[in-house]
Amino acid sequence: MIEVRDLEVGFGTGNDLIRAVRGVSFRVGEGESFALVGESGSGKSTVLRAISGLNPDWSGAIAVAGEPQGPRRSRAFHKHLQMVFQDPYGSLHPRHTVDRILAEPVAIHRLGEADRRIERALADVGLGQGFRYRYPHQLSGGQRQRVAIARALILEPRVLLLDEPTSALDVSVQAEILNLLRRLRAERGLTFLLVTHNLAVVNQMCERLAVMKGGEIVEEMTAGDLREGRTRHPYTAQLLRASRGYSRAAAAAVLDA
Amino acid sequence: MTAAANRPAGLRAWLREEAPSSRLQANLVQLYAGWRALRRNPLAMIGLAIILVLLAVAALAPWIAPFDPLHQDLANRLTPPGGAHPLGTDDLGRDILSRILHGARITLTIVVLVAVAVAPLGLAIGCLAGYFGGWVDSVLMRITDVFMAFPRLILALAFVAALGPGIENAVLAIAITNWPPYARIARAETLTIRRSDFIAAARLQGASSLGIIWGHVVPLTISSVIVRVTLDMAGIILIAAGLGFLGLGAQPPSPEWGAMIAGGRKYILDQWWVATMPGIAICVVSLGFNLLGDGLRDVLDPKQR
Amino acid sequence: MTATPLLEVEDLRVRFHTDSRTVEAVRGISFALGREKLGIVGESGSGKSQTGRAILRLTPPSAEVTARRLAFDGIDLLAATPRAMRRIRGARISMVMQDPKFSLNPVMTVGEQIAEAHRVHRRAGRREAREKALEMLDAVRIRDPRRVYDLYPHEVSGGMGQRVMIAMMLVPDPDLLIADEPTSALDVTVQMQVLAILDDLVSRRGMGLIFISHDLDLVASFCDRVLVMYGGQIVETCRGGALHEASHPYTRGLLAALPQVDRPPRDLPVIARDPAWLLPLPPEGRP
Repeated sequence: MIEVRDLEVGFGTGNDLIRAVRGVSFRVGEGESFALVGESGSGKSTVLRAISGLNPDWSGAIAVAGEPQGPRRSRAFHKHLQMVFQDPYGSLHPRHTVDRILAEPVAIHRLGEADRRIERALADVGLGQGFRYRYPHQLSGGQRQRVAIARALILEPRVLLLDEPTSALDVSVQAEILNLLRRLRAERGLTFLLVTHNLAVVNQMCERLAVMKGGEIVEEMTAGDLREGRTRHPYTAQLLRASRGYSRAAAAAVLDA
Repeated sequence: MTAAANRPAGLRAWLREEAPSSRLQANLVQLYAGWRALRRNPLAMIGLAIILVLLAVAALAPWIAPFDPLHQDLANRLTPPGGAHPLGTDDLGRDILSRILHGARITLTIVVLVAVAVAPLGLAIGCLAGYFGGWVDSVLMRITDVFMAFPRLILALAFVAALGPGIENAVLAIAITNWPPYARIARAETLTIRRSDFIAAARLQGASSLGIIWGHVVPLTISSVIVRVTLDMAGIILIAAGLGFLGLGAQPPSPEWGAMIAGGRKYILDQWWVATMPGIAICVVSLGFNLLGDGLRDVLDPKQR
Repeated sequence: MTATPLLEVEDLRVRFHTDSRTVEAVRGISFALGREKLGIVGESGSGKSQTGRAILRLTPPSAEVTARRLAFDGIDLLAATPRAMRRIRGARISMVMQDPKFSLNPVMTVGEQIAEAHRVHRRAGRREAREKALEMLDAVRIRDPRRVYDLYPHEVSGGMGQRVMIAMMLVPDPDLLIADEPTSALDVTVQMQVLAILDDLVSRRGMGLIFISHDLDLVASFCDRVLVMYGGQIVETCRGGALHEASHPYTRGLLAALPQVDRPPRDLPVIARDPAWLLPLPPEGRP
């Protein structure tokens, strides 16, 4: 469904060039859920933005649903691929009602039956119709993230890019959103590409993952390997140990960057 | 709509509804919330009252003015305030009160024309420059800089001198010299908005650039521009008065406030009221716009929501 | 724990008054702190951050703080004058916030900022202050203190910035450090290093630490004792290592809602909130 080959993304020019992504390749099958894991600066979000078309400056090859993609994307591409952002406070327009937020993609793609689609989208993400004419500032973080998911799904895409979708949420709300995403994926056969730093969320959501460090993929593994702790690269092992909480041994083992 | 809307006492509750049931209600609820916030600010309410009085006076001038503003009565020239002429008469015996009341129409026309011409132009240029960046930004902003490099009154003077005196040309000159600050404001706001996730989300839905600017950027930048326009009203009135004073704006016998001050200049020591009364009118109206602008800023500033 | 607690808090309340109503963010909590690592966990709105701020009297002006007793080393913090409070804040209690970027002066190198803290608190000379600052940078395990000394805040990474912040807070050798989500903005591996530094400081200097966080696993593994806050109240207190044996349904719900890295995925149980978890308020506590 998604195929990325030798992806390179750089920022700046000349001597100031920062190679944020250095020759990254991976593929995600149809209906699969794949995670890019790494810490800040690893390039994981940059890969996501290149695939989504938000950042047009990259080289290499990106194909979505078998179609090779250039820097500009077609309207059909946007209907197939949607994204959910990290910060539910920044991803909804502060002066638009939920109704308008959901009506816009329907209008852009001339899908028609806006009323019916909006009602269904709200019901699908577990929000009642009472939320339809509210503004984002009247909603909690979890409710906003549900609206963002509804906005992404109202076009009935096949691929969903998830950029740290729960890292800004409380534990109990995170559980609700993760459950919702799992359910929607099962119901619709969606393909997920998840970017996160949280290995527990990866295990909860994905079948396979790639660990990124310094713009490169250092290890690709299955969620089963992750559960069993079968890591090959020392950096992955370090991430895994750190995700289990604090211990003097874990802290002492951290390789100084 | 709902049962609540049908009960007369329910209107207020309907306007405060947490979960509106239609687009119209959602918008009205927002408006009402803004109104309640504005109402809590006494200074803004004073400003609003002044402007409402100005509007009423402009609309009703022919009926409430005791005399014809152009009627000359040389027998009663330069009478002090009091009696038949509450604010006195000028050097041609015209009633100053009537002239000020009629002058409100001219002032209001200038202000409205300038605002209508300037705000959309500045907004459009600023949003386009900020959103597209790159060479579009460079070109538009350098043009803006050129206009900002001249003092406004001087540039307006140059335009009026070239176009010829008169109120239409004064409006045009003020408009041409006034838009750059709005473009700057709109651009600065657009630059911060451009990077936000909701713009990225709109792009990912396939929205066009112009659609994003119109639907997502403008609604957020417009409030700062409205606030700035309101605050600038005072300045516009003063420039218009200044042009009138210099004989380049409204022409005699038109009762424009600035021209009236100019006319009263010769008598400022002995017949102070001729210049002072229109001066007070300019002060009060400028103050009104400033107070309202300040209040609007508090209500409309998205950062305080 | 020592015989006399470093900090005593009894029936602490924080109320916010707005035009139309009063919101009670912290509703009568009590605890005592010795020279230990005390964790306060809770979700947003639980009152955990306001608790930390109330101790330092750093709540916003619209907040009203009351307590039957709020004493630090025997000093009544509620009765202290603003002047006395400033002295305590600077010298004996320090606070580390979530994002170091907002707490450091952007136009001064990080070394100068630490050195200045020395000059103010210890009345040290320029040269001595510089030596001390380098020493502090070394103490928070910055490998090349001389190079870092001359960097501006925007030139250091988040983890480095947080270590600099801690170094600066430790200059006056405080007895109590309040850390509000000090590692939430950091990568997990950097987080480990920062925690190790804090850990050392508590065990070596005998400092008291209040560690405020939303991360249950982290607090459970790091702190000696954990207070679980919900709706402005402490619903449960337990030993750090024993958090997984917690008995309160809210704590248990939070733990169950966490995805795990070593178990097969399942639908995560969602917390069913029970109004009975919140103790009834005493009459004067009602808004």
